[in-house]
Amino acid sequence: MVRLFRDVLQEKDFVVTAEIGPPKGTDVSRLVHHIELLRDRVDALNVTDNQSSVMRVSSLAACRLIVEHGGEPILQLTCRDRNRLALQSELLSAWVLGVRNVLCLTGDYVTVGDHPEAKPVFDLDSVQLLQTVQYLNQGRDLAGNNLEGATDFLAGSVVTPEADPLEPQLVKFAKKVRAGARFFQTQAVYDLDRFRRFMEQARRLLAQNQMGPVKILAGIVLLTSAKMARYMNEHVPGIMVPESLIEQLTGAEKGKALQVGIQIAGRLIRQIQQERLCDGVHIMAIGKEERVPDILAEAGLA
Amino acid sequence: MIVAERKPLDEIEAMLASAERVLVVGCGTCVAVCMAGGEKEVELLASELRMRAQASGQRRRIDQVTLTRQCDREYLDALAAYVEEYDVLLSTACGAGVQLLAERFDGKLILPALNTRFIGTAEGPGVWSQRCLACGQCLLHLTGGVCPVTRCPKNLLNGPCGGTNHGKCEVNPENDCAWTLIYRRLEKLGRLDLLDAIQPPKDYRPMTKPARLVHPAFQTESAPPTK
Amino acid sequence: MKDSIACLGTETEGTGSGAFEPKVVAFCCTYCAYTAADLAGAMRLEYPPNVRVVQVLCSGKVEAEWLLRAFEEGADAVYVAGCALGDCHFLEGNRQALRTVAYAKRLLAEVGLEPERLEFFHIPASAGTLFAQRAREMTDRARRLGPSPLRSKQAVESRKLVLPPDPHPPLPPAQLGRRIRESEEL
Repeated sequence: MVRLFRDVLQEKDFVVTAEIGPPKGTDVSRLVHHIELLRDRVDALNVTDNQSSVMRVSSLAACRLIVEHGGEPILQLTCRDRNRLALQSELLSAWVLGVRNVLCLTGDYVTVGDHPEAKPVFDLDSVQLLQTVQYLNQGRDLAGNNLEGATDFLAGSVVTPEADPLEPQLVKFAKKVRAGARFFQTQAVYDLDRFRRFMEQARRLLAQNQMGPVKILAGIVLLTSAKMARYMNEHVPGIMVPESLIEQLTGAEKGKALQVGIQIAGRLIRQIQQERLCDGVHIMAIGKEERVPDILAEAGLA
Repeated sequence: MIVAERKPLDEIEAMLASAERVLVVGCGTCVAVCMAGGEKEVELLASELRMRAQASGQRRRIDQVTLTRQCDREYLDALAAYVEEYDVLLSTACGAGVQLLAERFDGKLILPALNTRFIGTAEGPGVWSQRCLACGQCLLHLTGGVCPVTRCPKNLLNGPCGGTNHGKCEVNPENDCAWTLIYRRLEKLGRLDLLDAIQPPKDYRPMTKPARLVHPAFQTESAPPTK
Repeated sequence: MKDSIACLGTETEGTGSGAFEPKVVAFCCTYCAYTAADLAGAMRLEYPPNVRVVQVLCSGKVEAEWLLRAFEEGADAVYVAGCALGDCHFLEGNRQALRTVAYAKRLLAEVGLEPERLEFFHIPASAGTLFAQRAREMTDRARRLGPSPLRSKQAVESRKLVLPPDPHPPLPPAQLGRRIRESEEL
């Protein structure tokens, strides 16, 4: 029997989650393969919600597949595609289908995706979505109506430790905690000195405001090539791959860059765990989910 | 001010189709200021249309007139004596002006020559940027005079998203991140405390279309009873 | 100004021999290009008779409408000549003219005319030779491009409506304001 992510967060010293992406289309065989590969190796599996504004199978459907295959899903829910009615309805449906964890995000803007002409929604923002989850947990909806049967979600959110400027980011981080976020899965982290400074500030903020307990899982995005690393530096705000890592990838033998990327990810995870920088890691091996076990092996977590 | 831009000439030509007698109707208010549909722009558009017709040998008459304002009925009356002479009226007003023209002269085909873009301010000569979404519930007192509803593509009310990038916006790196502006300005004002409260979900009812407003002085229902 | 452009159309067409003789209109700033034209004359420099010079106080005064109007009335090429950058008698009139010409080029392209038919030149007052050179250059360019597609075409009928005085002016007449102030004084 799979353990609830809520219990794992409380009991385990170092929590590991991973992200999988649903297919664009109805063929879920690869998705199911990833679920079976990872369900016992990590503590919970996130499912992205139309990641990068590219239309796919819904996060909810994939989360249900995870439940059916004996895993523990984390439903990612963005504010981009649904207004407050659809968001609440999706949350209730998720609870009904056995999903117990939800990660509340703002969502990428529509123009970066494959339907750039679409009408963006953003009726709520991520803080308000977290509040909404709390209302549903208390047995009422956003309008104050009583529910026949409440939810009891464990809610989480995201934070960007390397955002520049960081101060407004921390303002929102604190609001998210107050709005009920109990865990954070961060944007990709590569420079551990910067991440350490972020953690110090975040911990101070939590202590000052007597908030807690809040678990923070460092985001680990698998680097597949030097090109990808450079692309992220240029195009993805809040991600900063240090030049030394890019050099390692460039220096790799032909066809071995991915292997080097896996070693880098493993090394980062090991260092985070040894130094107890935070409470765990969240592995995003975008499109390379089948290599997550290799990353775990490199990190000594297999 | 309403900011608009002229449609491409080809598009306007296609709308005019075979119309022979065309009156270009300018508007001397917002669109004159944003150099899209005032007297000068009417003159340029008429000139371009004439040159097109002249080059192709098309039979066409292009007259021009610029009204003080197209979105107020009073200013349209002066046109009444002339409209019958034309097949179409090509309006260089904002969408509001075009519609009032169509309402006032309902037997006449009215065509829009502009695309109405936004309510904004001038950044400098010839450059305008959007500043107000007419959301009907101003919250600028909470955000240091910088509107997140207009200036953040995701209209976030509680702080920046993860896409904030060295003070710029991920959706368009040319734009400032509204939330960095808000933070910096409140910091300067010593009012960061304004960011403490979690802003509730926005009430979008005032934005229900079509909106209508009756000034209190013109409301017909009886005044509240005196105590 | 409009009269001087309009007279273009009434002039006799070329040499009458059937060979294409371009009509070129030059809007010349009083302080530099126009003075340079004078100088060119005094120096007995030859430049093509195709160029009709229109004197303007400052190249910055030239409006895009005038440039289009010149083409409408049969010009094959048009240029605006102003002072060297930094030498404008009105400080930055020539910068304004550069912008106007660039804008009018876009409009010409939109209409379907070659934007090269329109140009801006800097011609200082002392540059009589340069004035003649630019005049030749623009005439040759017009010759190369051939007659403007608008040439010798039936002009399109057009007029500006003159509306009766606005019964609802956006501001009260100034006189009224004066009267009120006078009455206050009483």
